[in-house]
Amino acid sequence: MSMLDVNLPGLNLKNPIMPASGCFGFGREYSQFFDLSRLGAIMIKATTVEPRFGNPTPRVAETSAGMLNAIGLQNPGLKKVFSEELPWLDKFDVPIIANIAGSTEEDYVAVAAEISKAPNVHALELNISCPNVKTGGITFGTIPEVAKALTKKVKEVSEVPVYVKLSPNVTDIVEMAKAVEDGGADGLTMINTLVGMRIDLKTARPVIANKTGGLSGPAIKPVAIRMIHEVSQKVNIPIIGMGGIQSAEDVIEFFYAGASAVAVGTANFVDPFVCPTIIEELPELLNQLGYNHISECMGRSWK
Amino acid sequence: MINKEICNVVSQVEIADSIYELTLKGELVQQMSEPGQFVHLKVSNSIDPLLRRPISIAKIDKNNNEFTMIYRKEGRGTTLLAEKKAGEEVDVLGPLGHGFPVEETTPGETALLVGGGIGVPPLYELSIQLVNRGVQVIHVLGFQTKEAVFYESEFALLGETYIATADGSYGSKGFVTDVIGDKNLSFDTLYSCGPTPMLKALDSNFADKKVFLSLEERMGCGIGACFACVCHTGDDKDGTSYKKVCSDGPVFRAGEVIL
Repeated sequence: MSMLDVNLPGLNLKNPIMPASGCFGFGREYSQFFDLSRLGAIMIKATTVEPRFGNPTPRVAETSAGMLNAIGLQNPGLKKVFSEELPWLDKFDVPIIANIAGSTEEDYVAVAAEISKAPNVHALELNISCPNVKTGGITFGTIPEVAKALTKKVKEVSEVPVYVKLSPNVTDIVEMAKAVEDGGADGLTMINTLVGMRIDLKTARPVIANKTGGLSGPAIKPVAIRMIHEVSQKVNIPIIGMGGIQSAEDVIEFFYAGASAVAVGTANFVDPFVCPTIIEELPELLNQLGYNHISECMGRSWK
Repeated sequence: MINKEICNVVSQVEIADSIYELTLKGELVQQMSEPGQFVHLKVSNSIDPLLRRPISIAKIDKNNNEFTMIYRKEGRGTTLLAEKKAGEEVDVLGPLGHGFPVEETTPGETALLVGGGIGVPPLYELSIQLVNRGVQVIHVLGFQTKEAVFYESEFALLGETYIATADGSYGSKGFVTDVIGDKNLSFDTLYSCGPTPMLKALDSNFADKKVFLSLEERMGCGIGACFACVCHTGDDKDGTSYKKVCSDGPVFRAGEVIL
């Protein structure tokens, strides 16, 4: 009997471990390391209506126990993702969560309507939290009413459940979570990156060309844990947790906080095998801690 | 094929001012083919520093499962790497990327290898492979100062070798491009690795030749997934076509990407 299977809206997962959007491309690079069917799901790179090149380089900078990135939603555009990337992923036995982004409400709606028709897309992840683009992205994710309205519009056209990816760069994360729940969100994914900056000692200028970037990695894990702890007690929709996860122990901590599944981001860059390694190690850790199934850990910090 | 392996340190030597020569042993050496490929190293087991470091491969010894890198101790990561001693372990991901095409130079032809500073190392394995192929090699190597010069005699064993230093403290004073002009060097193929201004100068001076340039960029994953190290392509029509330095490169034909 599996100790790891999890059922969420639209997602029957053989395990609750998935690579986070933007940290795994469309899976091609990682498929040379392991069978992608081993993953619970895959959150593919954000897709916009038109192809995007993204920001100038340097786009990344290392920080203590973390990294900053300002890629800028580079992607090949809806048409190519739908006709090339998603069909390529279809050979794996793994549900896809399509991260969608845009500059306007119409953009989001257009991508949602189309991409949710793909047979292997089992859910959407509404990206209203990317801090690295001038229009769209986070601008939809910091005002509750705006986020709610967008969620509603996307829900109307989507053929699969919609998860909304929340930004930690807000005053009240609970208010945001409740707003998108009111808007009809089927689930939440949290957290996206924290806006940060690094300045070069010699040039005295920001290291990243975009000046600011999103902070990710183990450094942000306590922030993610705290926010999931708060939000999970105030909403009735499941949370896919993310933010600095790199071990089976981290996964349990996220479940304790209130997550029902988790995504692994930056750690993929350090160790391409991190997701299958965590999946392998989880049952033993659950045994050690005295659980029969991972779902028993959910929300234990406050239940 | 890309492997992830814990390799053993065979030796580590400071061969010039802050320049280290590190030799590792591991099975993944059997996967190394093209000169100019690189490996992605985890310099410590801790989460700080978190990311791997891309370091170019300077020498491949398949018979002994060993490969050598030459790097400059500069930031935190390379400072930690420089502390590794024989017998210690290093987590290696590689080989990565596409290197210099030796087959672009026919046996009997002449290849000019131009390196600047820490861009010099990958040219060493390239030169060995070209010489083995029956290609005549000429090296023009640029360094900041006399103290920074390394591998002069190693390169000299393979072919004609010219050294330039920015401050004139060794070899000729000035840039590598000055040497090529002053010595009136003629060649069929040009291979280069070094700072971007140097690559740009070579690109524009030798537009009529076969030129291959190795680029450097800050990287995240090193395998093409994170889109940190992209550059625009030379024939980009709508502004969205790109190449990834880590997986499409780091070596590109001149004109293929915008420097």
